[in-house]
Amino acid sequence: MSEPVSPAAHPLDEIPPRDHARPTDRLVSFAKRWLSAALSQGTAMPAIASLVIIAVFFQSQSQYFLSPGNLSNLAVQATLVAIIALGEIFVLLLGDIDLSLGSMAGASAALLGVMITNGHMPWLLAIFIMLAFGALLGSFQGWWIAWLGIPAFVVTLAGNMGFLGLQLYILGPNGTLGIFDPNIAALSGTELPVSVGWILAAIVGVAVVASTLVRYARGGVAVRSLSRPVVVGVLIVVAVAVFNASRGVPTPFLILIALLVVAWWVTMNTSPGRHLFAVGGNAEAARRAGVQVKRIRMAAFAVSGTLGAAGGLIAASYNGSAGTLTGGGTLLLEAIGAAVIGGTSLFGGRGSVWAALVGALIMSGVENGLDLMNSDQPVKYMVQGVIVLLAVSLDTILRRRQSRGRQLGAAIA
Amino acid sequence: MLNGAAGRRFLKRRPASPPPSEPPGGGEALRVVDVTKWYGSVQALDRVSMSVDVGEVVALVGDNGAGKSTLVDVIAGVLAPDSGEFYVRGERVAIRSTDDAALFGIRTVHQEHTLADNLDVVENLFLARELHRGVGPLRRLHFASMQQRTWAALSELGISTISDIRAPVEKMSGGQRQTVTVARATLQNYPIVVLDEPTAGLGVAEVQRVLQLILRLRAQGTAIVIVSQNIEEIFEVADRIVVLHLGKVGAVFRRADTTPEAVVGAVMGIA
Repeated sequence: MSEPVSPAAHPLDEIPPRDHARPTDRLVSFAKRWLSAALSQGTAMPAIASLVIIAVFFQSQSQYFLSPGNLSNLAVQATLVAIIALGEIFVLLLGDIDLSLGSMAGASAALLGVMITNGHMPWLLAIFIMLAFGALLGSFQGWWIAWLGIPAFVVTLAGNMGFLGLQLYILGPNGTLGIFDPNIAALSGTELPVSVGWILAAIVGVAVVASTLVRYARGGVAVRSLSRPVVVGVLIVVAVAVFNASRGVPTPFLILIALLVVAWWVTMNTSPGRHLFAVGGNAEAARRAGVQVKRIRMAAFAVSGTLGAAGGLIAASYNGSAGTLTGGGTLLLEAIGAAVIGGTSLFGGRGSVWAALVGALIMSGVENGLDLMNSDQPVKYMVQGVIVLLAVSLDTILRRRQSRGRQLGAAIA
Repeated sequence: MLNGAAGRRFLKRRPASPPPSEPPGGGEALRVVDVTKWYGSVQALDRVSMSVDVGEVVALVGDNGAGKSTLVDVIAGVLAPDSGEFYVRGERVAIRSTDDAALFGIRTVHQEHTLADNLDVVENLFLARELHRGVGPLRRLHFASMQQRTWAALSELGISTISDIRAPVEKMSGGQRQTVTVARATLQNYPIVVLDEPTAGLGVAEVQRVLQLILRLRAQGTAIVIVSQNIEEIFEVADRIVVLHLGKVGAVFRRADTTPEAVVGAVMGIA
């Protein structure tokens, strides 16, 4: 037996005592370890840097960019892309891709239109059926991918065309269905009252701090993680302050945050969630360890389909209609770009659900900023293309440097 | 015959989900009979039969291509055999998946495809066998207790070089990764443990730790099958030695009654 290792002690909790360690040395060594830990965890650093650059650049071009009113608009614009990107992340973590989410959103929006406008169905029931429809189509694709082993790229490409056909078929000859239900319109068109926004922020902030303290007291969390609730708390306060300076927290953004929190909890704290990462990291090892790889894969496509339908709901609510163009255009590609810019690997196993938010803010931020500069659509597309390329390259280069460092370290060890 | 679903029911009646080890000295733990496996036109296993008793270490030796890893994969539920029967504690079972194997109390440590690089040590150790707390929709991973047991398992294996068990395993050296892999075998008191080349790539001191670990599991009454190329190691831990030669059982030795030379001869097919 070796020297007993105290189970509670985490290496980062106690920096080993050194003879002449000055506080600055300790700080530097702590910062280095923190940075290397942050870099190893599917980093969001390039994405956050891009956000800062975008903010500074567009603010210098248009004083309106960082105004509360525009930031609120931006948040609402980013919501649709972020929800689709979140669905995409569930399958990207496996190393798969879902190319069908655009027409998934369109087809489910069309279904919603038929149920609400032609069928006069209660809105909650219609939403439930719509989401179930997305889950069903997603599972159907997942079945082909998981059980028959057909590449996701092919199945979802076929799905994209098939669902577009479904969308047009549901819409029928008129092409567009108006959706005038006030409850559905409220999903994207309202804001929380200022006081409610603050109360919500206070509740969430207290919950975050309390849960961290409880976990810390139990020894399940390291000192390095204690900075996180502080950052989260500051972000919440700033965001609510900005929204309240305009019209209040937008409802769709709140829905997005709620979805992200649930997705984050599931991916970080449950077995199926961690199995997504395991399968994406090494599918054969996961299978040998006893992970139900096929079930996980099918479930992931069910989730992505459901979130595609949720995107359709937000789009239909925002536009007040479901049409042939709903979910079309560059929506899908923007969503995939957002997920990848946010730090989700296309090769599986790396990333975080928060990439959906950060990436969507970048994509929509560029579009919004260029709009303020009166740029044309061609310019917007080209700039977005460059940003996707740069963000992903930066991420890849950082990772390569880091893995080279690891090989060196292993050789020395 | 118990298949996976029946096995699930069978195990549900037991108190803990990984069945506790039976006390030492109690009969046969695992028997495979007439296992045959073809890869296309190549016969990897030709009616191989072997068994391991409670509290016994059986070494599986043989040249490259003798079928050792294939047999391990079949026992682990990774590969489906073309024919063959399995008996766990005397009862016939069907091992159709890795899950079935786990339900019947078999834990396999493979040689390849063992770790997910992007997960940390704790998550890799407990992959697909996680500890939970809470109920219903709030059922969640119990990281604190998994962490605690990871430290215990690693310290038993004498790993002082792994400093951060919440860091991804991709950063670790080959020896560290191998140790993490072996530590899996010890975590949940599986009554049957199969180790495929557990000491490959380890340093001298680390090899001794693994051998000690095997002897400790044996003393607890675990039935152990170990695959190894290293005859010396085998003579340190094994009670019986099963030699595979070209997919068949070439010979079976009791360690007490044989010599390394005889085993090597059988491995080469000249005895």
